[in-house]
This record gives sequence, structure tokens and C-alpha cells, in this order.
Amino acid sequence: MYAIKVDNLTKKFNDVVAVDHISFIVDAGELFGLLGPNGAGKTTVINMLSTLLKPTSGYGAVVGFDISKSKDDVRCSIGVVFQEPALDIKLTGRENLEFHAMMYGLGKEERRKRIKEVLELVELTEKESVLVEKYSGGMKRRLEIARGLIHKPKVLFLDEPTLGLDTQTRRHIWNYIKKLNKEGEVTIILTSHYMEEADFLCDRVAIMDNGKFVASDSPEKLKDILGGDVVSMEIEGDPESLMGQLKSLEWIETSTKHGEVLSLTMEKGERRIPQLINAAQKNGVNVTCVHLRKPSLEDVFLHFTGRTIREQEASQSERNRAMIRARMGRRR
Amino acid sequence: MINKTALYVLWLREMKRFVRAKSRVVGALAMPLFFLAFLGLGFRKMTIPGISEDVNYIRFLVPGILGMSLLFSSTFGGLSVLWDKEFGFLKEIMVAPVSRVSIVLGRIAGGVTTALIQSVLILAISFLMGFKIISVLLFLLSLAFMVLISVTFLGLGLIFASKMKDIQGFSIVMNFVIFPLFFLSGALYPLENFPAWLRYLSHIDPLTYGIDGLRASLIGISSYSIVFNLLMMVIFSSVMIILGTYFFEKSEGV
Repeated sequence: MYAIKVDNLTKKFNDVVAVDHISFIVDAGELFGLLGPNGAGKTTVINMLSTLLKPTSGYGAVVGFDISKSKDDVRCSIGVVFQEPALDIKLTGRENLEFHAMMYGLGKEERRKRIKEVLELVELTEKESVLVEKYSGGMKRRLEIARGLIHKPKVLFLDEPTLGLDTQTRRHIWNYIKKLNKEGEVTIILTSHYMEEADFLCDRVAIMDNGKFVASDSPEKLKDILGGDVVSMEIEGDPESLMGQLKSLEWIETSTKHGEVLSLTMEKGERRIPQLINAAQKNGVNVTCVHLRKPSLEDVFLHFTGRTIREQEASQSERNRAMIRARMGRRR
Repeated sequence: MINKTALYVLWLREMKRFVRAKSRVVGALAMPLFFLAFLGLGFRKMTIPGISEDVNYIRFLVPGILGMSLLFSSTFGGLSVLWDKEFGFLKEIMVAPVSRVSIVLGRIAGGVTTALIQSVLILAISFLMGFKIISVLLFLLSLAFMVLISVTFLGLGLIFASKMKDIQGFSIVMNFVIFPLFFLSGALYPLENFPAWLRYLSHIDPLTYGIDGLRASLIGISSYSIVFNLLMMVIFSSVMIILGTYFFEKSEGV
């Protein structure tokens, strides 16, 4: 059973293409991650799938319901936790939940029962009658997750669920998400620009860049593409001839140069480091620092886009501004 | 099509917010009461052309100030969608599986109730200042006018809210829409004193008929008949609800 099926989904804001012909399928019960820098188009995908934005073209379906034609069926089947808080801060935590449960047509008894359950799940029972404006960022987030679950959605969208939270709260929320997915049989789609978050949580991730999918698979398989270990060397001098020689070595699987740093992937990296330093010296390059680690999704991103996610975000900001201008123009 | 629970929930939310925001209630009452007190006392002894000499100015003014309070609180009520947008709560409403019409009607129900409560409070205070109604039956009719005025301008506020991206344009609406509507309506003076071209403009202002209807039903003095005023207000409020819903439905939630 598919929870989500998307085919050539596209969203343009005037001339700016925010989401560019993406296609993917998420199975029921999966924990699927949309990964990428800010401005890659992740939120736009979520907004289209949750019926808030109309796709420019392409097809999308949530548990079999067309997102353009059967909006109310889609809305009944999903829970959404938006990137920015979407709570009424002048109401209490409980009132926010009560309000939501009524909007989704839950009867009085069921409401009482479900609200009790979700409050316990996110450990906010004691704070239920406090106005939300008095809540901390982490509490608000937990309340929103609780709210997204009251009506037992088949699919839960979490847009940057831990953005701006401290490490401890983040861990806490990660554990909820895992638990929910495993016990509650909820399909979860989450977006994140924290690579370690996606790595820890997701069964499968899609890496998004400039509105397109650049890779999609389980985190393990994506990291396997890079081979065993990542060796990065900080170097001084002209690396041209060294790069040439490295490319001819068959035990080096991939090599990327990025500023002063060479990133190489290989099996048994710790045994190869002496050889690498040797090769560098022969080619008149000075190695100032060597670093060995298992590959992360960050390396996968670097591999597919040629840039680190941080740089990508910097170059994205100009694109984002263009997008905001385009959207403002659209509204005026 | 219309989801009663959703309508009720949205109404309830407005009520809870209204009851909790005491300062807002005081603020919303202060301006009309100051207008009533100072204009009333300041012009007390003046004879104004168009108002017969046996009607004192405060009597003439009370329905006008009620109209003013309804105009302001209802337009702001409609515009408050923008605050929900600002605080993100609008998205929560927009992903809910309820028709957009229910959302609009829920908001209007909440807005009308709060505007009506304010009007009744203003009326109660003007009773203390010596204001008298002419008949209980006509007083009930004046409540109908209050509801219609409120619905009309909630719809108007909603149209603006749907077309605006954020609350930046608020002061423009305030200065170029709300105030002109207020001054054109004859809330403070008889429209007979306007030059002809300005009178024409006042004919397209819904508040003109609203306030004239309030005067007819509260003090028995008016330019048009009660029935005509009622008819005009029913038309205006229906059109505004339809347009408000239409624009709200078209606007995207993010």
C-alpha cells in the first residue's frame, strides 16, 4: 500500500521553480525523510501534499486521494506539524487540542480519551491548562506533535520538527517520532536540514537540491555509495598533479576537491593514509592535516551536489530572496 | 457544505479570546465613549441644520456612535485573519477537513457576537447618560441592524485580509477605507448638509443605511424608511459574505 505517490510534481512561483518535476513513492508505515538545505523546496512539497498550495503541474496522492481533487479526504487522513508554530497562544494547551479534535469531528467521549492519551505521550498533562504563550519552544513543539496525532492520521507530516531546539529536547522528540512510527503504524514524512537527524530517524531519505531530487535510498545504502571510509586531507600547494595520480589509483572510490580539502573515499582508510601522504609529497603537495571517519549523509550530499550543505544554503539565500519577491508579486 | 461543529468551534475560540483580552475590550469601548461624551457635550447647545431643535445632539449622536463602533470592531474582526496568518494559526485552520464557508461563517459568527456585546455596552452607558429608546419592539429591530452592519464589515475586512500578505497594509485600510466610510455615513451629522457630489458618495456607503436604520429604530428620526434601510443592509451584508468567502477560498493558506 502506498501512503504517498507523487508523479512529476511541480510548483512555480511566477518564474521561480521551487519544486521541479519530482516523483516518489512512500510505503505505508515508512519513515521517509526529505533532506536538503533551506530553500531546496522541502516545505513546498509538504505544503502541496497537505493541500495548502496548489501544484502548478503533476500528480500527488495521499493514501490514494488526489491532492488537487479530493482535498477534504486528504485533510482527514493527515496530520501536519508545520515548520513555524501554528498554535493559538491565547488558548491553553488543552483548548488547542480540544479545538483541533472538534474540527476533525471527534465525539465528546473520544475527544476526552484521545486528548488524555496524546498529552501523556508528549508529557504535557500537567501543563494542559496553561496558556500556550507561557510554553517554551520545546513544549510548543511537543504540543503540536500531540495535536497532529489526535485524529489518528494515516500520514503525519513533520516539517523541520526540531528546528531551533536544544540538543536535549531534540533527542526527546526524535524518540517520540521513532516510537510513534513503530508503535502507531503512522507513516511519517519529515523534512530536515540536519543530516544526522535524518540518518538517525529515517528508513529512507530523498536528498533535495534546487527543487529536484538528487538521490533517494536508505541512509545506509546512500553512504555505501561512497565506499568504506572518508579520508579528508588539508593540503598546501598545487594539487593538479596529485589529483591526477589519485584518480589512477583503483582503491580510491571517489575523490572530491573542495577548497583546500581533498575528500577521498576508500576501504580501510586507516591503512591507506601513509600511502596518501607519500603520494602527496611526491607531487610537491604539503599535507597539513588528515581526518578519517565513516561517511555521513553530509558526505553523501557533498558527493551528489559538489558542495557542503552549509555552502549550498549560502548560495540558496539569493534564490530564496528571488522566490520571496516572486511570491509577493503574485499576491499584490 | 456547512460544518456546524467547525462553525461553533471558531465562534467559541473568538469568545474565549474576547473574554481573556480585557484590555482589548476596554480599548474598543473607550473610543466610542469618548466620542459620545466629548462631541455630545461639546455640541450640546448648538443647533445643527437638519436636526430639529427639539432633538438634542446626544440623541442624534448615539446611533451614529454605535455604527462607528460596529464599523471599526467588525472590520478589524475580519482583518484579524491576518494576525492568524502572522502567528501561523491560519495554517492549522486551513488544513482542517472543513469547508472554507464554515470557516468564514464561524469567524463572522464570532465577530458579530463580540461587536454586538460592545454595542449593547455602549448603549447601556448612553442610557446612563440619559438616552431613551422609543419602543421595545423597535429596539429589537435596531439589534437586527447592528447584526447586519457587523456582518457587512466583517465581510469587508475578510476581503482585505485575503488580498493582503501581512499586517503591513493595516494602516492603509484604516485611513483610506474605514475612516472615509465612517465620515461618509452621517454618523456625526445629517447628510443633508453635504454638497450634492458628496451625498452621492454616501449613497454607496453601506454604513449610511445602517446608521439611518439605527436612528429610525432607536430615536424615530431618519432620512429613509426603515424597510428601505433594512433591505439595503440585507443586500450589502449578503454581497459581502459571498465576496468574503470567495476571496478567502481563493487565497492560499501559506
